Amino acid sequence: MSTEFWIAQSFNGISYGALLFLLASGLSLIFGVMRIVNLAHGSYFMLGGYVGLTVALRTHSFTLACLAGAVAIGLVGIGMERLFLRRLRSEVLGQVLLTIGFALIFQDLALLIWGGDPYTVPIPAVLTGTVRLGGAVFPIYRIFIVVVAIVVGLGMWLALDRTRAGAMIRAAVDDAEMAQGVGINVPRVSLIVFALGAALAALGGVIGGGFLGVYPGADFEVLPYAFVVVIVGGLGSLPGAVAGSLLVGLLDNFGKALFPELSYFTLFAPMAVILALRPTGLFGRS
Amino acid sequence: MIVRRALLAVAAIVVLAVIAPLLPAYPLTLLTQALIVGILAMSLDVLLGYTGLTSLGHAAYFGVGAYAVAIMTTEKQAGLIPCLVIGVLLAAATAAVFGLLAIRATGTYFLMITLALGMVIWGLAFRWVSLTKGDNGIAGVPRPSLGPLELSGPLPFFYFCLVAAAVAWALMGLLVMSPFGLGLRGIRGSESRMLALGYNVWLHKYAAFVISGVFAGFGGTLWAYYNGFVSPNDVQLVTSVETLLMVALGGSGTLIGPAIGAGLIVFLKNFASVYTKRWLLILGAVYIGVILYAPSGIVGALRGRRR
Amino acid sequence: MRAPVETAHAALRLEAVCRSFGGLQAVDAVTLAVRPGERRALIGPNGAGKTTLFNLISGALPLTTGRISLFGHDVTSAPAHRRAALGLSRTFQITNLFPDLTVLENCLLAVQAHTRARFAMLRPVSHYATLLDRARVTLASLALENLGDAVVRNLSHGEQRQLEIALALAGRPRVLLLDEPTAGLSPAESRLMAGLLRGLDPAITVLMIEHDMDIALELSEMVTVLHYGRVIADGPREQVKADPQVKEIYLGA
Repeated sequence: MSTEFWIAQSFNGISYGALLFLLASGLSLIFGVMRIVNLAHGSYFMLGGYVGLTVALRTHSFTLACLAGAVAIGLVGIGMERLFLRRLRSEVLGQVLLTIGFALIFQDLALLIWGGDPYTVPIPAVLTGTVRLGGAVFPIYRIFIVVVAIVVGLGMWLALDRTRAGAMIRAAVDDAEMAQGVGINVPRVSLIVFALGAALAALGGVIGGGFLGVYPGADFEVLPYAFVVVIVGGLGSLPGAVAGSLLVGLLDNFGKALFPELSYFTLFAPMAVILALRPTGLFGRS
Repeated sequence: MIVRRALLAVAAIVVLAVIAPLLPAYPLTLLTQALIVGILAMSLDVLLGYTGLTSLGHAAYFGVGAYAVAIMTTEKQAGLIPCLVIGVLLAAATAAVFGLLAIRATGTYFLMITLALGMVIWGLAFRWVSLTKGDNGIAGVPRPSLGPLELSGPLPFFYFCLVAAAVAWALMGLLVMSPFGLGLRGIRGSESRMLALGYNVWLHKYAAFVISGVFAGFGGTLWAYYNGFVSPNDVQLVTSVETLLMVALGGSGTLIGPAIGAGLIVFLKNFASVYTKRWLLILGAVYIGVILYAPSGIVGALRGRRR
Repeated sequence: MRAPVETAHAALRLEAVCRSFGGLQAVDAVTLAVRPGERRALIGPNGAGKTTLFNLISGALPLTTGRISLFGHDVTSAPAHRRAALGLSRTFQITNLFPDLTVLENCLLAVQAHTRARFAMLRPVSHYATLLDRARVTLASLALENLGDAVVRNLSHGEQRQLEIALALAGRPRVLLLDEPTAGLSPAESRLMAGLLRGLDPAITVLMIEHDMDIALELSEMVTVLHYGRVIADGPREQVKADPQVKEIYLGA
């Protein structure tokens, strides 16, 4: 194996990890604050991609596509949380069944509206092409994804660390009951976190739609990845989501490149072992 | 009470046996499918309804059993008994290994670990192409014969599955009523009290996990024969979640309820997909409806809410 | 089936047992020896660490440092079920029963815990006549014999407190930890409970947390006083009652 192979595969893994971070960081916060097992999170990714696709085709603006996808799916998230999930606090089985029910409905609606053909979200010309660094070639779009993930990650970190709303969210992650006790409006915090998580997943869907495409089944394809990231990193932990995304992105890429027959095994088996040793994930607290 | 319920179930089995020859081919096929999936749903109920463990990867053991049969029959032309024994043993071994990783966790963590472990099996089915044929699945699994008994026709195979489901139901029914089963219900009620009473709670849960995997694997072996085709779809997350739906719909902690739930979902899926392309929409609505309007399930509601 | 009492050993011995939560020292160097057959009250203000100490003895919580032994067996790091097998049993301050099961099933769970039948899988529990008899005898000893088929969540609070004790006794314990048996009971129910506890087999060693001082002192000849996780007095009840420090901080004199 040449050095180029390792550099190229590492970069592919990192950029895929960056996309996973967009998808999973919101899921992790949702988990952390509400302990909700949201199996519809992959659907947000797919629906975001479709909404972004339609807007991009109509307006020829990638920025508008990203915004529209995030806002539309954020609203969907608000609706789900307000009308349904709020009734099922601490009922794990109920949450699982409810969110999978929504996932199936979303899947079918997407099929109804956008049909069964795969599409690619059109991306601006400035993001196409490649750059050469030394002997290695890097697609600009993948660099763009990494930059977006870094910006979003830094933004989340600053928001969580430096703002009042962020402090409330952290308090709710630590101990929702205690937070409620000291006067934090936990239902409000939950709603904001849920909407934000859905919007981020949708943003990931639009951006991912630029190189992975948008197609039926994308929802359940990315869902396990998002779960693995959250599980490995630990519920409600932003550093955990970063570490988990990178780890999963790299494991997935090298697994597929080196052991194609066992590629999912090389992804999920290490996770199972991590969990067995640290049931709360790498950065999670019990 | 227990005697009356057992008599009801026996009567149901007899009725099924009597009406089977009168049924057209399609409903008979669906009934066979319902029996097999019913075994899977009952096996999950042992964990979910009786022990209080929400497994989100139960299709894994079902899938291991199914793949074992598919590979052994198509590659080695193995007979029914070796296939059943090895399929069930492999499912048990998978559950024994996965249980070691999963049982330490509780609540949401248990759910996520079982999800991840289920994905391990799905990943192998999907990618280990030289063994599983990957996405294409393994086709051409022949219907079995048992000594001189040819089970390939729809009716003989139905009777075979009816006997298998009845035996599985009886064994699991004894299990949940036994002192061991009482221990499982105790764990669901209060783990801390069970520890204080002197139970090795871990061992009880682990045993339940493996036993549940055994029955799920048994269902899987029958599935391979029934469907003639095994693919990664049989072990995917949606299959595991659908099993949870069957348990919830029929009534968790009632054993026969999940089997009824399985039957309803099998018929609903098949009929809905005949009459409309939008059956996923209907299935999704069923999920949401069950959770919002029938949380104790059909049998749970019939027996009066004890929870 | 009770093993002969080893007189050389205390039934329960704690040596410098400590437990901290973060910076809080909930149990601080508690040393205690309870003779076989002794009745001892563990008293102290709220937050003194009494229930935490029970959790340490029963194995529900691990110790930070220290040593615990039962009849001479070191159980410091033994899991809860091993301690129960050595004859340790406990009740809970906050009722901890199996709410969806019947009273008889609750009691059966306690009875079968130390028998090999707990792993029997192929016969209904209703076929085990000896287990059923033992469960019924235990229920009768706590005046619950007529409630066998009632589902526990439908019992009154007083009946649930009686069942708490029944579960702890059904496994034929040698050491019994009672965590506020009269919690939440009316005065009349408390008298009933005191009467039931007075009738306990004298061979059973009892360590009891009790807020009702009359009941605590009536039932226990020995008293240990805990304050901020430390033992501040320990001895026969008359001596402890006369202790000026105890009077000051606990009896409020």
